[in-house]
Amino acid sequence: MKEKVRVASGQGFWGDLLTAPVEQVRGGQIDYLMLDYLAEVTMSIMQKQKQRRPEAGYARDFVSLLQEILPECVEKDIKVLSNAGGVNVEGCAKAIKTVAQELGLSGKVKIGVITGDDILLRLDEFLEKSVEIKNMDTGESLSLIRDKVQSANVYLGAKPLVEALGKGAQIIVGGRLTDTGLTLAPLMHEFNWSFEDWDKVATGTIAGHIIECGAQASGGNCQYDWQNIPDLANVGFPIVEAYPNGDFVITKHEGTGGRVNVQSVKEQLLYEMGDPREYITPDVVADFTTIHLKDDGENRVKVSGIKGKPNTEFYKVSIAYSAGWKAVGTLVYSYPDAFEKAKMADLILRSRLDKLGLQFDVILAEFVGVNATHGHLAGEPPKDIPEVQLRFGVRGQSKEDVERFTKELAPLILTGPPSVTGFAGGRPKVEEIMAYFPALIPKDLIETRVEILDA
Amino acid sequence: MKIELLKLAHARSGDKGDTANVGVIALKDEFYPLLVREVTAEKVKEHFGAIVKGKVERFELPNLGALNFLLHESLGGGGTLSLMTDAQGKTFSTALLRMKIEIPETEASELGL
Repeated sequence: MKEKVRVASGQGFWGDLLTAPVEQVRGGQIDYLMLDYLAEVTMSIMQKQKQRRPEAGYARDFVSLLQEILPECVEKDIKVLSNAGGVNVEGCAKAIKTVAQELGLSGKVKIGVITGDDILLRLDEFLEKSVEIKNMDTGESLSLIRDKVQSANVYLGAKPLVEALGKGAQIIVGGRLTDTGLTLAPLMHEFNWSFEDWDKVATGTIAGHIIECGAQASGGNCQYDWQNIPDLANVGFPIVEAYPNGDFVITKHEGTGGRVNVQSVKEQLLYEMGDPREYITPDVVADFTTIHLKDDGENRVKVSGIKGKPNTEFYKVSIAYSAGWKAVGTLVYSYPDAFEKAKMADLILRSRLDKLGLQFDVILAEFVGVNATHGHLAGEPPKDIPEVQLRFGVRGQSKEDVERFTKELAPLILTGPPSVTGFAGGRPKVEEIMAYFPALIPKDLIETRVEILDA
Repeated sequence: MKIELLKLAHARSGDKGDTANVGVIALKDEFYPLLVREVTAEKVKEHFGAIVKGKVERFELPNLGALNFLLHESLGGGGTLSLMTDAQGKTFSTALLRMKIEIPETEASELGL
Protein backbone atom coordinates (compact mmCIF):
# COMPACT_ATOMS: atom_id res chain seq x y z
CA MET A 1 0.00 0.00 0.00
CA LYS A 2 1.21 3.52 -0.79
CA GLU A 3 1.88 5.60 2.32
CA LYS A 4 0.22 8.58 0.67
CA VAL A 5 -1.75 9.26 -2.50
CA ARG A 6 -1.97 12.55 -4.36
CA VAL A 7 -5.13 13.32 -6.33
CA ALA A 8 -5.01 16.52 -8.39
CA SER A 9 -7.95 18.57 -9.63
CA GLY A 10 -7.61 19.49 -13.29
CA GLN A 11 -10.91 21.08 -14.22
CA GLY A 12 -13.73 22.59 -12.19
CA PHE A 13 -16.27 22.76 -15.02
CA TRP A 14 -16.48 22.41 -18.81
CA GLY A 15 -14.79 25.62 -19.85
CA ASP A 16 -12.25 25.94 -17.05
CA LEU A 17 -8.57 26.82 -17.65
CA LEU A 18 -7.31 24.48 -20.37
CA THR A 19 -3.74 24.66 -19.08
CA ALA A 20 -4.62 23.61 -15.51
CA PRO A 21 -4.55 19.81 -15.98
CA VAL A 22 -1.34 20.05 -18.01
CA GLU A 23 0.31 21.96 -15.18
CA GLN A 24 -0.94 19.46 -12.62
CA VAL A 25 0.81 16.68 -14.57
CA ARG A 26 4.04 18.62 -15.16
CA GLY A 27 4.33 20.78 -12.03
CA GLY A 28 5.15 18.10 -9.47
CA GLN A 29 4.35 14.60 -8.32
CA ILE A 30 0.75 13.37 -8.54
CA ASP A 31 -0.81 9.90 -8.71
CA TYR A 32 -4.26 10.74 -10.03
CA LEU A 33 -5.80 13.51 -12.06
CA MET A 34 -9.56 14.11 -11.73
CA LEU A 35 -11.54 16.26 -14.12
CA ASP A 36 -15.15 17.33 -13.69
CA TYR A 37 -16.79 18.49 -16.91
CA LEU A 38 -20.47 18.28 -16.10
CA ALA A 39 -22.82 20.91 -14.77
CA GLU A 40 -26.55 20.21 -14.84
CA VAL A 41 -27.03 22.21 -18.02
CA THR A 42 -24.18 20.40 -19.77
CA MET A 43 -25.99 17.08 -20.25
CA SER A 44 -28.83 18.64 -22.22
CA ILE A 45 -26.41 20.62 -24.39
CA MET A 46 -24.54 17.43 -25.14
CA GLN A 47 -27.79 15.60 -25.92
CA LYS A 48 -28.59 18.26 -28.52
CA GLN A 49 -25.13 17.93 -30.07
CA LYS A 50 -25.61 14.19 -30.28
CA GLN A 51 -28.98 14.58 -31.99
CA ARG A 52 -27.31 16.62 -34.71
CA ARG A 53 -24.19 14.42 -34.96
CA PRO A 54 -24.42 10.90 -33.49
CA GLU A 55 -20.65 10.78 -32.86
CA ALA A 56 -20.80 13.93 -30.65
CA GLY A 57 -22.25 14.39 -27.13
CA TYR A 58 -19.17 14.42 -24.92
CA ALA A 59 -16.47 16.92 -23.84
CA ARG A 60 -14.06 17.10 -26.79
CA ASP A 61 -11.72 19.17 -24.59
CA PHE A 62 -10.89 16.00 -22.69
CA VAL A 63 -9.73 14.21 -25.82
CA SER A 64 -7.60 17.20 -26.88
CA LEU A 65 -6.11 17.28 -23.39
CA LEU A 66 -5.16 13.60 -23.56
CA GLN A 67 -3.46 14.24 -26.88
CA GLU A 68 -1.14 16.52 -24.94
CA ILE A 69 -0.65 14.66 -21.66
CA LEU A 70 -1.25 10.97 -22.30
CA PRO A 71 2.41 10.03 -22.97
CA GLU A 72 3.48 11.65 -19.68
CA CYS A 73 0.60 10.04 -17.80
CA VAL A 74 1.68 6.63 -19.08
CA GLU A 75 5.34 7.30 -18.31
CA LYS A 76 4.66 8.56 -14.77
CA ASP A 77 1.74 6.16 -14.20
CA ILE A 78 -0.73 8.96 -13.51
CA LYS A 79 -4.30 7.70 -13.72
CA VAL A 80 -6.97 10.01 -15.09
CA LEU A 81 -10.62 9.97 -13.98
CA SER A 82 -13.28 12.00 -15.69
CA ASN A 83 -16.99 12.37 -16.42
CA ALA A 84 -16.19 13.83 -19.84
CA GLY A 85 -18.25 11.11 -21.55
CA GLY A 86 -21.44 13.13 -21.15
CA VAL A 87 -24.23 11.43 -23.09
CA ASN A 88 -21.89 9.51 -25.41
CA VAL A 89 -19.41 7.65 -23.23
CA GLU A 90 -18.64 5.03 -25.87
CA GLY A 91 -17.95 7.73 -28.46
CA CYS A 92 -15.61 9.48 -26.05
CA ALA A 93 -13.79 6.22 -25.25
CA LYS A 94 -13.36 5.47 -28.95
CA ALA A 95 -11.87 8.92 -29.54
CA ILE A 96 -9.45 8.34 -26.65
CA LYS A 97 -8.44 5.01 -28.12
CA THR A 98 -7.70 6.68 -31.45
CA VAL A 99 -5.57 9.31 -29.70
CA ALA A 100 -3.61 6.62 -27.84
CA GLN A 101 -2.96 4.75 -31.07
CA GLU A 102 -1.86 7.90 -32.88
CA LEU A 103 0.58 8.60 -30.06
CA GLY A 104 2.07 5.15 -30.49
CA LEU A 105 0.74 3.93 -27.15
CA SER A 106 -1.14 0.87 -28.48
CA GLY A 107 -1.06 -1.90 -25.94
CA LYS A 108 0.07 0.48 -23.20
CA VAL A 109 -3.23 2.11 -22.23
CA LYS A 110 -6.32 0.54 -20.75
CA ILE A 111 -9.43 2.71 -20.97
CA GLY A 112 -12.13 2.17 -18.35
CA VAL A 113 -15.61 2.87 -19.73
CA ILE A 114 -18.49 3.37 -17.28
CA THR A 115 -22.06 3.37 -18.57
CA GLY A 116 -25.55 2.90 -17.20
CA ASP A 117 -26.15 6.44 -15.94
CA ASP A 118 -28.11 7.45 -19.05
CA ILE A 119 -31.71 6.38 -18.49
CA LEU A 120 -33.37 8.50 -21.19
CA LEU A 121 -34.37 5.38 -23.13
CA ARG A 122 -35.60 3.65 -19.99
CA LEU A 123 -38.00 6.35 -18.76
CA ASP A 124 -41.05 4.83 -20.47
CA GLU A 125 -40.16 1.42 -19.10
CA PHE A 126 -40.12 2.93 -15.61
CA LEU A 127 -43.43 4.72 -16.17
CA GLU A 128 -45.03 1.51 -17.48
CA LYS A 129 -43.80 -0.39 -14.42
CA SER A 130 -45.30 2.38 -12.26
CA VAL A 131 -41.93 3.31 -10.81
CA GLU A 132 -42.66 6.55 -9.04
CA ILE A 133 -40.48 9.34 -10.43
CA LYS A 134 -41.48 12.57 -8.72
CA ASN A 135 -39.89 16.00 -8.66
CA MET A 136 -38.00 16.21 -5.34
CA ASP A 137 -38.77 19.91 -4.98
CA THR A 138 -42.34 20.22 -6.24
CA GLY A 139 -43.70 16.67 -5.96
CA GLU A 140 -45.03 16.76 -9.53
CA SER A 141 -45.02 13.56 -11.57
CA LEU A 142 -42.66 12.87 -14.47
CA SER A 143 -45.61 12.10 -16.76
CA LEU A 144 -46.50 15.81 -16.80
CA ILE A 145 -43.28 16.69 -18.65
CA ARG A 146 -42.40 13.32 -20.23
CA ASP A 147 -42.80 14.51 -23.85
CA LYS A 148 -40.44 17.47 -23.27
CA VAL A 149 -37.57 15.51 -21.69
CA GLN A 150 -34.18 16.03 -23.37
CA SER A 151 -31.86 14.06 -21.08
CA ALA A 152 -32.11 11.88 -17.99
CA ASN A 153 -29.08 10.74 -16.04
CA VAL A 154 -28.49 9.04 -12.75
CA TYR A 155 -25.64 10.33 -10.58
CA LEU A 156 -23.30 7.35 -10.17
CA GLY A 157 -20.86 7.13 -7.28
CA ALA A 158 -17.34 5.80 -6.80
CA LYS A 159 -18.01 2.04 -7.02
CA PRO A 160 -17.74 1.61 -10.80
CA LEU A 161 -14.63 3.82 -10.77
CA VAL A 162 -13.01 1.60 -8.14
CA GLU A 163 -13.90 -1.44 -10.23
CA ALA A 164 -12.27 0.10 -13.31
CA LEU A 165 -9.14 0.96 -11.32
CA GLY A 166 -9.07 -2.62 -10.06
CA LYS A 167 -9.08 -3.81 -13.65
CA GLY A 168 -6.00 -1.73 -14.38
CA ALA A 169 -7.58 1.20 -16.21
CA GLN A 170 -5.26 4.14 -16.82
CA ILE A 171 -7.89 6.49 -18.21
CA ILE A 172 -11.44 6.23 -16.94
CA VAL A 173 -14.34 7.94 -18.58
CA GLY A 174 -18.00 7.94 -17.66
CA GLY A 175 -21.12 10.04 -18.02
CA ARG A 176 -22.93 11.49 -15.02
CA LEU A 177 -20.45 10.38 -12.38
CA THR A 178 -20.60 12.49 -9.23
CA ASP A 179 -17.81 15.05 -8.94
CA THR A 180 -16.88 13.73 -5.51
CA GLY A 181 -16.60 10.11 -6.66
CA LEU A 182 -13.73 11.04 -8.97
CA THR A 183 -11.57 11.83 -5.92
CA LEU A 184 -13.03 9.24 -3.55
CA ALA A 185 -12.43 6.29 -5.90
CA PRO A 186 -8.61 6.50 -6.01
CA LEU A 187 -8.45 6.59 -2.20
CA MET A 188 -10.82 3.60 -1.84
CA HIS A 189 -8.73 1.72 -4.39
CA GLU A 190 -5.28 2.56 -3.04
CA PHE A 191 -6.03 2.17 0.67
CA ASN A 192 -8.43 -0.77 0.33
CA TRP A 193 -11.04 1.11 2.33
CA SER A 194 -14.37 -0.68 2.71
CA PHE A 195 -17.48 0.88 1.19
CA GLU A 196 -19.12 0.23 4.58
CA ASP A 197 -16.49 2.22 6.46
CA TRP A 198 -18.72 5.30 6.37
CA ASP A 199 -16.20 7.65 8.00
CA LYS A 200 -13.58 6.83 5.36
CA VAL A 201 -16.09 7.11 2.52
CA ALA A 202 -17.22 10.47 3.91
CA THR A 203 -13.58 11.56 4.16
CA GLY A 204 -12.87 10.83 0.51
CA THR A 205 -16.15 12.46 -0.47
CA ILE A 206 -15.34 15.69 1.36
CA ALA A 207 -11.84 15.68 -0.12
CA GLY A 208 -13.60 15.48 -3.49
CA HIS A 209 -15.96 18.31 -2.62
CA ILE A 210 -13.01 20.55 -1.73
CA ILE A 211 -11.17 20.08 -5.05
CA GLU A 212 -14.06 19.51 -7.48
CA CYS A 213 -14.39 23.20 -8.30
CA GLY A 214 -10.74 23.59 -9.21
CA ALA A 215 -9.05 26.77 -8.06
CA GLN A 216 -12.03 27.80 -5.92
CA ALA A 217 -10.17 25.98 -3.14
CA SER A 218 -6.77 27.52 -3.88
CA GLY A 219 -7.41 31.25 -4.03
CA GLY A 220 -9.83 31.72 -6.91
CA ASN A 221 -13.11 33.48 -6.07
CA CYS A 222 -11.86 33.76 -2.50
CA GLN A 223 -13.13 36.72 -0.50
CA TYR A 224 -10.82 36.36 2.45
CA ASP A 225 -7.96 38.84 2.00
CA TRP A 226 -8.44 38.61 -1.77
CA GLN A 227 -6.23 41.60 -2.51
CA ASN A 228 -3.17 39.77 -1.19
CA ILE A 229 -3.63 36.38 -2.82
CA PRO A 230 -0.45 36.04 -4.87
CA ASP A 231 -0.14 35.53 -8.62
CA LEU A 232 -3.63 34.40 -9.59
CA ALA A 233 -2.44 34.56 -13.21
CA ASN A 234 -0.55 31.35 -12.49
CA VAL A 235 -2.99 29.91 -9.98
CA GLY A 236 -2.19 26.37 -8.90
CA PHE A 237 -5.16 23.99 -8.83
CA PRO A 238 -5.73 22.08 -5.59
CA ILE A 239 -4.31 18.67 -4.75
CA VAL A 240 -5.50 16.17 -2.12
CA GLU A 241 -2.62 14.41 -0.38
CA ALA A 242 -4.33 11.55 1.42
CA TYR A 243 -3.13 9.07 4.05
CA PRO A 244 -4.40 5.54 4.83
CA ASN A 245 -5.76 6.59 8.26
CA GLY A 246 -8.18 9.01 6.59
CA ASP A 247 -6.37 12.27 7.22
CA PHE A 248 -5.63 14.39 4.19
CA VAL A 249 -3.95 17.64 3.26
CA ILE A 250 -5.16 20.15 0.68
CA THR A 251 -2.21 21.70 -1.12
CA LYS A 252 -0.96 22.76 -4.58
CA HIS A 253 2.26 22.48 -6.56
CA GLU A 254 5.30 24.51 -5.47
CA GLY A 255 5.91 27.66 -7.47
CA THR A 256 2.31 28.18 -8.54
CA GLY A 257 0.12 31.17 -7.70
CA GLY A 258 -2.97 31.37 -5.55
CA ARG A 259 -3.18 30.38 -1.91
CA VAL A 260 -4.35 27.38 0.08
CA ASN A 261 -5.21 28.24 3.67
CA VAL A 262 -7.90 27.45 6.21
CA GLN A 263 -10.04 30.31 4.91
CA SER A 264 -9.88 29.32 1.25
CA VAL A 265 -10.79 25.74 2.17
CA LYS A 266 -13.65 26.87 4.43
CA GLU A 267 -15.14 28.98 1.63
CA GLN A 268 -15.08 26.03 -0.74
CA LEU A 269 -16.50 23.64 1.87
CA LEU A 270 -19.57 25.86 2.15
CA TYR A 271 -20.01 26.23 -1.60
CA GLU A 272 -23.36 24.85 -2.83
CA MET A 273 -23.99 23.44 0.63
CA GLY A 274 -27.42 22.36 1.86
CA ASP A 275 -27.83 20.79 5.29
CA PRO A 276 -24.21 20.34 6.39
CA ARG A 277 -25.04 17.27 8.51
CA GLU A 278 -26.58 15.50 5.53
CA TYR A 279 -24.40 15.83 2.45
CA ILE A 280 -25.91 13.02 0.38
CA THR A 281 -24.05 11.23 -2.41
CA PRO A 282 -24.62 7.76 -3.87
CA ASP A 283 -21.76 6.55 -1.65
CA VAL A 284 -22.44 8.04 1.78
CA VAL A 285 -24.15 10.71 3.87
CA ALA A 286 -21.28 12.94 5.00
CA ASP A 287 -21.39 15.22 8.03
CA PHE A 288 -19.67 18.56 7.42
CA THR A 289 -20.01 19.54 11.06
CA THR A 290 -17.30 16.99 11.95
CA ILE A 291 -14.57 18.43 9.74
CA HIS A 292 -11.48 19.64 11.54
CA LEU A 293 -9.13 22.00 9.68
CA LYS A 294 -5.61 23.02 10.64
CA ASP A 295 -2.88 25.01 8.91
CA ASP A 296 -0.06 22.61 8.10
CA GLY A 297 2.58 24.96 6.73
CA GLU A 298 2.55 27.24 3.70
CA ASN A 299 -0.23 26.36 1.25
CA ARG A 300 -1.11 23.23 3.21
CA VAL A 301 -4.30 22.62 5.20
CA LYS A 302 -4.76 19.42 7.13
CA VAL A 303 -8.27 17.93 7.24
CA SER A 304 -9.29 15.30 9.78
CA GLY A 305 -12.06 13.97 12.02
CA ILE A 306 -14.69 13.43 9.32
CA LYS A 307 -17.71 11.25 10.11
CA GLY A 308 -20.21 9.68 7.76
CA LYS A 309 -23.47 7.73 7.85
CA PRO A 310 -24.77 4.91 5.63
CA ASN A 311 -25.82 5.83 2.12
CA THR A 312 -29.44 5.82 0.98
CA GLU A 313 -31.36 3.32 -1.18
CA PHE A 314 -31.74 5.85 -3.97
CA TYR A 315 -29.82 7.45 -6.77
CA LYS A 316 -30.50 11.04 -7.66
CA VAL A 317 -31.66 11.53 -11.25
CA SER A 318 -31.21 14.74 -13.15
CA ILE A 319 -33.79 15.15 -15.89
CA ALA A 320 -33.64 18.12 -18.26
CA TYR A 321 -36.71 19.18 -20.21
CA SER A 322 -37.39 22.00 -22.61
CA ALA A 323 -39.40 24.74 -20.98
CA GLY A 324 -39.74 27.56 -23.48
CA TRP A 325 -37.52 30.26 -24.91
CA LYS A 326 -35.63 33.29 -23.71
CA ALA A 327 -33.48 36.17 -24.90
CA VAL A 328 -31.52 38.86 -23.07
CA GLY A 329 -30.13 42.07 -24.57
CA THR A 330 -28.31 45.15 -23.32
CA LEU A 331 -27.86 48.86 -24.03
CA VAL A 332 -25.51 51.30 -22.27
CA TYR A 333 -26.52 54.86 -21.28
CA SER A 334 -23.97 57.49 -20.28
CA TYR A 335 -23.77 60.53 -18.00
CA PRO A 336 -25.62 62.79 -17.44
CA ASP A 337 -28.71 61.14 -15.94
CA ALA A 338 -27.56 57.70 -17.04
CA PHE A 339 -29.91 55.84 -14.68
CA GLU A 340 -32.92 57.97 -15.62
CA LYS A 341 -32.28 57.37 -19.33
CA ALA A 342 -31.99 53.62 -18.83
CA LYS A 343 -35.22 53.59 -16.80
CA MET A 344 -37.04 55.49 -19.52
CA ALA A 345 -35.74 53.09 -22.18
CA ASP A 346 -37.13 50.22 -20.08
CA LEU A 347 -40.58 51.83 -20.02
CA ILE A 348 -40.57 52.57 -23.74
CA LEU A 349 -39.55 49.01 -24.56
CA ARG A 350 -42.25 47.50 -22.33
CA SER A 351 -44.86 49.74 -23.93
CA ARG A 352 -43.81 48.68 -27.44
CA LEU A 353 -43.79 44.97 -26.55
CA ASP A 354 -47.23 45.41 -25.07
CA LYS A 355 -48.54 47.14 -28.20
CA LEU A 356 -47.20 44.30 -30.34
CA GLY A 357 -49.30 41.90 -28.24
CA LEU A 358 -46.33 39.64 -27.44
CA GLN A 359 -46.86 37.05 -24.71
CA PHE A 360 -44.17 36.38 -22.13
CA ASP A 361 -44.12 34.54 -18.82
CA VAL A 362 -41.47 36.85 -17.37
CA ILE A 363 -39.96 40.19 -18.33
CA LEU A 364 -36.95 41.34 -16.31
CA ALA A 365 -35.11 44.66 -16.52
CA GLU A 366 -31.89 45.07 -14.57
CA PHE A 367 -29.71 48.14 -14.37
CA VAL A 368 -26.09 47.03 -14.38
CA GLY A 369 -24.07 49.51 -12.32
CA VAL A 370 -27.06 50.12 -10.06
CA ASN A 371 -28.89 46.98 -8.96
CA ALA A 372 -28.08 43.90 -11.05
CA THR A 373 -26.28 42.02 -8.30
CA HIS A 374 -27.52 43.35 -4.96
CA GLY A 375 -30.93 44.71 -5.93
CA HIS A 376 -32.40 47.29 -3.55
CA LEU A 377 -29.67 46.51 -0.98
CA ALA A 378 -27.28 48.62 -3.07
CA GLY A 379 -29.34 51.76 -2.39
CA GLU A 380 -29.79 54.69 -4.76
CA PRO A 381 -26.92 55.25 -7.20
CA PRO A 382 -24.95 58.52 -7.09
CA LYS A 383 -26.49 61.35 -9.16
CA ASP A 384 -23.41 61.57 -11.35
CA ILE A 385 -23.10 57.83 -12.07
CA PRO A 386 -20.97 57.69 -15.25
CA GLU A 387 -22.96 54.98 -17.03
CA VAL A 388 -25.68 52.39 -16.60
CA GLN A 389 -26.35 49.30 -18.64
CA LEU A 390 -29.95 48.34 -19.23
CA ARG A 391 -30.13 44.55 -19.33
CA PHE A 392 -33.52 43.45 -20.55
CA GLY A 393 -34.70 39.84 -20.78
CA VAL A 394 -37.87 38.00 -21.69
CA ARG A 395 -38.97 34.40 -21.30
CA GLY A 396 -42.00 32.68 -22.77
CA GLN A 397 -43.48 29.66 -24.47
CA SER A 398 -43.65 31.18 -27.95
CA LYS A 399 -40.38 31.18 -29.85
CA GLU A 400 -41.82 33.68 -32.36
CA ASP A 401 -42.66 36.17 -29.63
CA VAL A 402 -39.18 35.93 -28.10
CA GLU A 403 -37.68 36.27 -31.60
CA ARG A 404 -39.80 39.38 -32.21
CA PHE A 405 -38.57 40.93 -28.95
CA THR A 406 -34.95 40.67 -30.12
CA LYS A 407 -35.79 43.09 -32.95
CA GLU A 408 -37.03 45.80 -30.59
CA LEU A 409 -33.77 46.59 -28.82
CA ALA A 410 -31.69 48.20 -31.58
CA PRO A 411 -34.44 50.64 -32.60
CA LEU A 412 -34.14 52.23 -29.16
CA ILE A 413 -30.82 53.72 -30.24
CA LEU A 414 -32.50 56.10 -32.70
CA THR A 415 -35.94 56.24 -31.09
CA GLY A 416 -35.26 56.50 -27.36
CA PRO A 417 -33.28 58.50 -24.77
CA PRO A 418 -29.93 59.97 -25.90
CA SER A 419 -26.25 59.03 -25.46
CA VAL A 420 -26.79 55.32 -25.81
CA THR A 421 -24.34 52.73 -27.09
CA GLY A 422 -23.13 49.19 -26.56
CA PHE A 423 -24.97 47.35 -29.26
CA ALA A 424 -22.00 45.98 -31.17
CA GLY A 425 -23.02 42.36 -30.62
CA GLY A 426 -26.12 42.59 -32.81
CA ARG A 427 -29.53 41.21 -31.91
CA PRO A 428 -29.76 39.08 -28.76
CA LYS A 429 -29.71 35.34 -29.31
CA VAL A 430 -32.87 33.31 -28.75
CA GLU A 431 -32.11 30.37 -26.47
CA GLU A 432 -34.11 27.29 -25.63
CA ILE A 433 -34.63 26.95 -21.89
CA MET A 434 -33.78 23.68 -20.19
CA ALA A 435 -35.48 23.20 -16.87
CA TYR A 436 -34.54 20.60 -14.28
CA PHE A 437 -36.55 17.88 -12.77
CA PRO A 438 -34.55 16.41 -9.89
CA ALA A 439 -35.85 13.04 -8.72
CA LEU A 440 -34.87 9.89 -6.86
CA ILE A 441 -34.87 6.36 -8.21
CA PRO A 442 -34.29 3.08 -6.35
CA LYS A 443 -30.70 1.93 -6.83
CA ASP A 444 -31.67 -1.63 -7.73
CA LEU A 445 -33.30 -0.45 -10.98
CA ILE A 446 -30.01 0.86 -12.31
CA GLU A 447 -27.36 -1.34 -13.89
CA THR A 448 -23.91 0.15 -14.19
CA ARG A 449 -21.39 -1.42 -16.54
CA VAL A 450 -17.62 -1.21 -16.42
CA GLU A 451 -15.74 -2.24 -19.53
CA ILE A 452 -12.07 -2.08 -20.35
CA LEU A 453 -11.02 -0.99 -23.79
CA ASP A 454 -7.44 -1.78 -24.82
CA ALA A 455 -5.91 0.94 -26.92
CA MET B 1 -23.39 50.41 17.82
CA LYS B 2 -24.16 49.12 14.34
CA ILE B 3 -21.57 47.15 12.48
CA GLU B 4 -21.51 45.79 8.96
CA LEU B 5 -21.22 42.00 8.72
CA LEU B 6 -18.38 42.56 6.26
CA LYS B 7 -16.21 43.47 9.29
CA LEU B 8 -16.97 40.17 11.01
CA ALA B 9 -17.17 37.54 8.29
CA HIS B 10 -16.27 36.38 4.82
CA ALA B 11 -18.64 34.40 2.66
CA ARG B 12 -19.23 32.32 -0.46
CA SER B 13 -22.50 31.66 -2.22
CA GLY B 14 -23.83 29.33 -4.89
CA ASP B 15 -27.02 27.78 -6.21
CA LYS B 16 -29.16 24.68 -6.14
CA GLY B 17 -32.06 25.17 -8.49
CA ASP B 18 -34.00 28.24 -7.37
CA THR B 19 -32.30 28.27 -3.95
CA ALA B 20 -29.19 30.33 -3.22
CA ASN B 21 -26.89 29.19 -0.43
CA VAL B 22 -24.64 31.57 1.47
CA GLY B 23 -21.88 30.28 3.72
CA VAL B 24 -20.88 32.95 6.25
CA ILE B 25 -17.54 32.41 7.98
CA ALA B 26 -16.30 34.31 11.04
CA LEU B 27 -13.11 36.27 10.29
CA LYS B 28 -11.94 35.40 13.81
CA ASP B 29 -13.08 32.47 15.97
CA GLU B 30 -14.22 34.84 18.71
CA PHE B 31 -16.73 36.48 16.33
CA TYR B 32 -18.63 33.22 15.81
CA PRO B 33 -20.91 33.40 18.91
CA LEU B 34 -21.89 36.90 17.86
CA LEU B 35 -22.84 35.63 14.38
CA VAL B 36 -24.89 32.81 15.91
CA ARG B 37 -26.72 35.28 18.14
CA GLU B 38 -27.29 38.11 15.67
CA VAL B 39 -27.40 36.65 12.18
CA THR B 40 -30.59 34.66 12.54
CA ALA B 41 -32.70 33.22 9.73
CA GLU B 42 -35.40 35.81 10.50
CA LYS B 43 -32.98 38.75 10.29
CA VAL B 44 -31.48 37.44 7.05
CA LYS B 45 -34.95 37.07 5.54
CA GLU B 46 -35.73 40.63 6.59
CA HIS B 47 -32.41 41.90 5.21
CA PHE B 48 -33.05 40.50 1.74
CA GLY B 49 -36.70 41.58 1.64
CA ALA B 50 -38.29 41.07 -1.78
CA ILE B 51 -35.13 39.42 -3.17
CA VAL B 52 -35.89 36.20 -1.27
CA LYS B 53 -39.44 35.05 -2.01
CA GLY B 54 -39.33 31.78 -0.04
CA LYS B 55 -38.16 30.90 3.43
CA VAL B 56 -34.67 31.23 4.87
CA GLU B 57 -33.07 28.26 6.64
CA ARG B 58 -29.95 28.43 8.81
CA PHE B 59 -27.48 25.69 9.71
CA GLU B 60 -24.63 25.99 12.22
CA LEU B 61 -21.10 24.68 11.65
CA PRO B 62 -19.28 25.55 14.90
CA ASN B 63 -16.31 23.45 13.76
CA LEU B 64 -15.70 25.90 10.91
CA GLY B 65 -16.94 29.01 12.74
CA ALA B 66 -19.55 29.22 10.01
CA LEU B 67 -23.26 29.49 9.30
CA ASN B 68 -24.93 28.23 6.16
CA PHE B 69 -28.07 29.90 4.87
CA LEU B 70 -30.49 28.57 2.29
CA LEU B 71 -32.47 31.32 0.59
CA HIS B 72 -35.38 29.64 -1.14
CA GLU B 73 -37.00 31.05 -4.29
CA SER B 74 -34.34 33.69 -4.85
CA LEU B 75 -32.97 33.07 -8.32
CA GLY B 76 -35.83 33.82 -10.71
CA GLY B 77 -36.46 30.11 -11.29
CA GLY B 78 -32.80 29.11 -11.20
CA GLY B 79 -30.65 27.37 -13.79
CA THR B 80 -31.36 28.33 -17.38
CA LEU B 81 -34.92 29.45 -16.53
CA SER B 82 -33.68 32.56 -14.80
CA LEU B 83 -33.23 35.85 -16.64
CA MET B 84 -31.13 37.34 -13.82
CA THR B 85 -27.52 38.45 -14.28
CA ASP B 86 -26.73 36.45 -11.19
CA ALA B 87 -28.83 33.38 -11.94
CA GLN B 88 -26.39 31.26 -9.93
CA GLY B 89 -26.44 33.39 -6.80
CA LYS B 90 -22.70 34.05 -6.88
CA THR B 91 -23.03 37.57 -5.43
CA PHE B 92 -25.54 36.76 -2.70
CA SER B 93 -22.53 36.33 -0.42
CA THR B 94 -21.54 39.99 -0.56
CA ALA B 95 -25.20 41.05 -0.53
CA LEU B 96 -25.55 39.34 2.84
CA LEU B 97 -22.32 40.89 4.14
CA ARG B 98 -23.98 44.30 3.71
CA MET B 99 -26.22 43.44 6.65
CA LYS B 100 -25.77 45.60 9.75
CA ILE B 101 -25.98 44.08 13.19
CA GLU B 102 -26.47 45.76 16.54
CA ILE B 103 -23.77 45.15 19.12
CA PRO B 104 -23.24 46.73 22.59
CA GLU B 105 -20.25 49.10 22.78
CA THR B 106 -18.57 47.07 25.55
CA GLU B 107 -18.80 43.83 23.60
CA ALA B 108 -17.48 45.57 20.49
CA SER B 109 -14.42 46.86 22.31
CA GLU B 110 -13.81 43.44 23.91
CA LEU B 111 -13.79 41.95 20.42
CA GLY B 112 -11.45 44.68 19.19
CA LEU B 113 -14.04 46.14 16.81
